[in-house]
Amino acid sequence: MTSRHPPVRDFAADFDHTDPAWVADPYPIWDDLRQRCPVAHSDRYGGAWLPVTHDLVSEVAYDHEHFTSRSVVVSERRPGPDDLPAPIGLSPPITSDPPYHSIVRRMLLPAFTPKPIVALEPFTRDLCRELLAATEGRTSFDAAADYAQHIPVRVIVRFLGFPQEDADMFRSIIRLVLEEVDLPVEERDERFTEVDAYMDAQIEDHIAHPRDDLTSFLIETEIDGHKLPVEQIRGTMILLMIAGIDTTWSSIGASLWHLAQHPEDRRRLAAEPALMSTAVEELLRAYAPVTMARLVAKDFDFHGHPFKEGDWLLLPFPAANRDPAAFEHADLVQLDRATNRHAAFGLGRHRCLGSNLARMELRIALQEWLARYPDFELSDPAAVTWSAGQVRGPRALPVTIRQNGR
Amino acid sequence: MTHASFRVHVDPDKCQGHNRCYSVSPELFELDDLGMSSEVGAGQVPAALVGQARLAVDNCPERAISLTETRQDGEGQP
Repeated sequence: MTSRHPPVRDFAADFDHTDPAWVADPYPIWDDLRQRCPVAHSDRYGGAWLPVTHDLVSEVAYDHEHFTSRSVVVSERRPGPDDLPAPIGLSPPITSDPPYHSIVRRMLLPAFTPKPIVALEPFTRDLCRELLAATEGRTSFDAAADYAQHIPVRVIVRFLGFPQEDADMFRSIIRLVLEEVDLPVEERDERFTEVDAYMDAQIEDHIAHPRDDLTSFLIETEIDGHKLPVEQIRGTMILLMIAGIDTTWSSIGASLWHLAQHPEDRRRLAAEPALMSTAVEELLRAYAPVTMARLVAKDFDFHGHPFKEGDWLLLPFPAANRDPAAFEHADLVQLDRATNRHAAFGLGRHRCLGSNLARMELRIALQEWLARYPDFELSDPAAVTWSAGQVRGPRALPVTIRQNGR
Repeated sequence: MTHASFRVHVDPDKCQGHNRCYSVSPELFELDDLGMSSEVGAGQVPAALVGQARLAVDNCPERAISLTETRQDGEGQP
């Protein structure tokens, strides 16, 4: 994706996470900034900051006094007076601050514990096998578009109780929210109106015909004896959809991208199935897809930097995961890494609600892939493209199959 | 003769429900309805599970888990 912004000359003073250099390979940029800054600044997006060490990223994640989660996607548009005010935000609980955050989060947490997620495993395994079966007979295809992306879409669609045939539309919504952050404000607002209309239709349909799914669960949920306002249900549904799809797609794709280039890792995983549990964590660490964001809540001095109320702050958990001060051989992928306190799912109160779901999907997606295609490689490394914005993963990943294990 | 024994503890104020400990050792940790972890029983770690307890400590992103060595007669030894 080409950025609508001018190219970045110096990431320390003018960073932009939609810049082609960042999109292609952000790791050397973060390594350089870690040596030089380690808090970068940019006047883009109306003013934004970027800490790149594990210590600083943790500090921000735990600080709810100086930072608000009211908006967590950096764009040209900040939340305005017409938006739901803090501490609720547009998409609770990810955009909520304490104490309201805890109330909404507690409401959602039971749906994402290991028990209900384990129940989705057979569906996920069948789905992966079905997707792989559809590639039978082809020696090369796109592992991101033909495999990885379908898994989280169909799992979350089942979870929310939306029509399976709407999957393509979901992907365009996600692109709007996460990638097209440099669209003009009016155009972006107009597109969001369409998204809201779709969600409202789903909510109405679920009110008329309640079922055993997450959407009906949200409609029926009460906080302090009150049902949730419809805009909050809508916001939370959009959040679950976005948070559950692009992220996991990215993670599955990036893991396959790694395995395509590392035959020794492929062979080890095939020979030692028990290695999968540490391997999943290590692939999540090394290729963590999600960079979060905060808004500065009040003027203060952050390690010598004059943070102003309303400044954006990018919270790059993927950069924290590559910090050599926090991880030995941080840039090496070691599938048997025993000590791994990675922050792929964030830190603190906003720890990814769907982390159990994401881990399950990644594990099963890799197991089923390797069972069918134990030997494969990139068809053309130059043809691999990466998403722009705060969720990083391969969007085109042409692979060539060397061995069919079926 | 006294043997070293170990006890694990999850700090409920730090646990955010990553579930890494539970995944490493369902024998030593249990989850509540919200997915928050705590040690099973009094946190006593059988000798065979000391390795798992260490792994749980080393894989908790929030550093919420502590492993303390105690003497078998119960005297604490941090």
